[in-house]
Amino acid sequence: MNGDSPISIRNLSVLYGDHLALKDVSLDIPAKRITSIIGPSGCGKTTLLKSLNRLLDTDDGVRVRGQVLLDGEDIYAPRTEVTRIRRKMGLLSQRPQVLPMSIYDNVAYGPRIHGLRSRKELNERVERYLRLAGLWDEVEGRLREPASLLSVGQQQRLCLARGLAVEPEIILGDEPTSALDPQSSQNVERRLLELKRDYTVIVVTHILRQARRIADHIAFLYLGELVEQGPAAEVFAAPKDPRTRAYLTGEIS
Amino acid sequence: MNALAANHLGRRKRTDLVFRVLAAASAVMVLLALLLILGTILWKSVPALSLSMLTRTPKGGFYLGREGGILNAIVGSVYLALGATALALLLSLPVVLYLNVYKGRTSKTAVWTRFFLDVLWGVPSIVIGAFGFVIMLALGLRASLLAGILTVALLEFPIMSRAIDEVMRLVPRELKDASASLGATRFETAVKVLVRQTAPGILTGVLLAMGRGIGDAASVLFTAGFTDRVPGSLADPAATLPLAIFFQLGTPFPEVQERAYASAAILTLIILVISLAARAMNRKVNRHVVK
Amino acid sequence: MRLLKDALARRAMAVIAALPGLLVLFIVIGLFLRSKAILGVEPLSRFLFSSAWSPMKGEFGLLPFIAGTMWVTLTALALAVPVSILTAIYLSEYAPRWARRAAQPVIDLLAGLPSVVYGAWGVILVVPFVGNVLAPLAGVYSSGYSILAGGIILAIMTFPTIIHVTLEVFASVPRALREASLSLGATKWETTRHVVLRKGAQGILAASVLGFSRALGETMAVLMVVGNVPSVPRSLFDPGYPLPALIANNYGEMMSIPRYDAALMMAALVLMLIVLAFNVLARGILIRVERKVR
Repeated sequence: MNGDSPISIRNLSVLYGDHLALKDVSLDIPAKRITSIIGPSGCGKTTLLKSLNRLLDTDDGVRVRGQVLLDGEDIYAPRTEVTRIRRKMGLLSQRPQVLPMSIYDNVAYGPRIHGLRSRKELNERVERYLRLAGLWDEVEGRLREPASLLSVGQQQRLCLARGLAVEPEIILGDEPTSALDPQSSQNVERRLLELKRDYTVIVVTHILRQARRIADHIAFLYLGELVEQGPAAEVFAAPKDPRTRAYLTGEIS
Repeated sequence: MNALAANHLGRRKRTDLVFRVLAAASAVMVLLALLLILGTILWKSVPALSLSMLTRTPKGGFYLGREGGILNAIVGSVYLALGATALALLLSLPVVLYLNVYKGRTSKTAVWTRFFLDVLWGVPSIVIGAFGFVIMLALGLRASLLAGILTVALLEFPIMSRAIDEVMRLVPRELKDASASLGATRFETAVKVLVRQTAPGILTGVLLAMGRGIGDAASVLFTAGFTDRVPGSLADPAATLPLAIFFQLGTPFPEVQERAYASAAILTLIILVISLAARAMNRKVNRHVVK
Repeated sequence: MRLLKDALARRAMAVIAALPGLLVLFIVIGLFLRSKAILGVEPLSRFLFSSAWSPMKGEFGLLPFIAGTMWVTLTALALAVPVSILTAIYLSEYAPRWARRAAQPVIDLLAGLPSVVYGAWGVILVVPFVGNVLAPLAGVYSSGYSILAGGIILAIMTFPTIIHVTLEVFASVPRALREASLSLGATKWETTRHVVLRKGAQGILAASVLGFSRALGETMAVLMVVGNVPSVPRSLFDPGYPLPALIANNYGEMMSIPRYDAALMMAALVLMLIVLAFNVLARGILIRVERKVR
């Protein structure tokens, strides 16, 4: 049933105290495509993204109803092991969040935590994923330097490499280019386009042009409601819902 | 391989649990320490606690376990704390207004002034007491209510200033500027807008400092003297509750030591009331100050 | 007229802003002037490092008192730092919101209790506990009035300072950074250890130094339980005689023995300078940490 959709969201509602942040959202994420979640700010895009790897758990007073099926398994089921869920997804946040350690250790952090001890394998992994994130050539000689010395654009690619190093199936991006200059943004976008060959990518964005450039699939959220979803070409060419049309033409933002 | 991974995950989760329990246990321990202290003091004080302790001054043999109460110390402490708090407020308000009106929050002067307030806060009260003693000798005073007030004011000053400063920093720049643009000079802005806006916060700071002042013994040891009488003027020596407790505990008579616990319970109660009042005020600030 | 008032107020306030700094300076100078007399008789090195203390014979060696201070304070810190940091970790990383809110008044109250109350409690409970339970367990005799009793009480008194500052340090670590670690599949403890503690290391150090300098100067509570024997302690169960206790205990007779007052004022000055140094160190680190976060 979920053959080509690693994540199925079923009737998901999220409450912050009394505030209903997500209303009954159902959505199938297509495998090895880029799905872009668009919508005005404050409409639940980040909440939806964080519900996928249970980062919402860290908020106080949050209640989640409904299901999120990851490879057919409900991640909100009581017996589900949350660290295993999170391991299947790499997260890129709005501003790059490098850990307070060296460039090498940032990438090796995940594998080490999950029990990889062999020096040789760690080296291999660090190199492989730094290459995949397009950062290897820039940092090859300075792996021992603190990651905080990198430029913001480099830091974001380092975060990408760090996420990839735990060998996830899915990449989550929460407006991953919003803190970057145009060139670094382009660089990150290009990486994401390459990565969709092997990974399922879900990106929250508030820049419509970015969604047009990279998305295969669109989900439009408005006031916590999933208004419309479908292949990007269709949604952009012929939106079915008047609210989507209004958003795409810039009448609501 | 899979079994190995599962084993590894199990160990990680156990470590997480161990530290969660350890951390929670530490927090509980801190809470228990407080409860244990309050409980012990209250429980020990019950046998000696009586109305006459509150309403009478020591009669001759009080420290031998005979007649009297600790009215002298209660009144002395209240006089001392009120005087010192008033004096400290007189010093604190200008400093804090200066920090928040004339200087932006990041100016160099402001950073240094706050730094020295913090340093001053860290000076041990016994050193403040010794310094108060030096001042007292320099001014030609004897150990008296006045000397005590001066010393305790010095102790309260940094505490009060920092507490009020924290509140005033919450007042948005625009509010200070809005008044200035109406033609008020900055001095008037300072006094009217800031003080009115933060009145409950100022009171919180005042109460906080007073709580510290009334409970401190080391600073008044040299300067306030000790007497069995209620002080009649600023030049008289004055007994204080913390010192009364200290002296009562120092006697070899069990009855008197019990009275020390009763005195400690009274002092704790006073502090409790003051700090509850400060908390209540603080809640008010959080509701009123425009953020 | 109004402008004149403004100008005057500005001038007056500038003076007043310098007040905290001036007061610190005055304290040092004032104590120095009163203690100068001792320096003419006793070289500073002997004053600081001799353990001969008999004011009647004019011998003023501060070593036992400096040693006593260090013993008590370090004992207190060894107990307080782990408990305080773990408590802060619990409150900031693990605790539900209600527990976090309930903790605030507890910490405030611990900070607000007068030190004589701590002392009285120590006499009732801690001293007998050390004398009748801990000392026999360790196989030694102790009256209970000891370094350990002082250290235990001082540790509790230092909790609020260290917990409070550490909590502020933890709060300055961005949430998104924790999420970055969690999203890689790290557990909460792994995140705390590798991210929060590492990011906050300097701040935690500052919190501990601040707690240390608070503990150094604490007088009455320690004085009441530590035994006050002027010799260098050799174990936790020995009595000690910290500097603040020395000053507080002898205010009565200090004017009647020659140079005794100067010696005590010198003790106060030494204490002041030690505390000042640690305080400046801690505040300096904290200001740097704050700047880096911004």
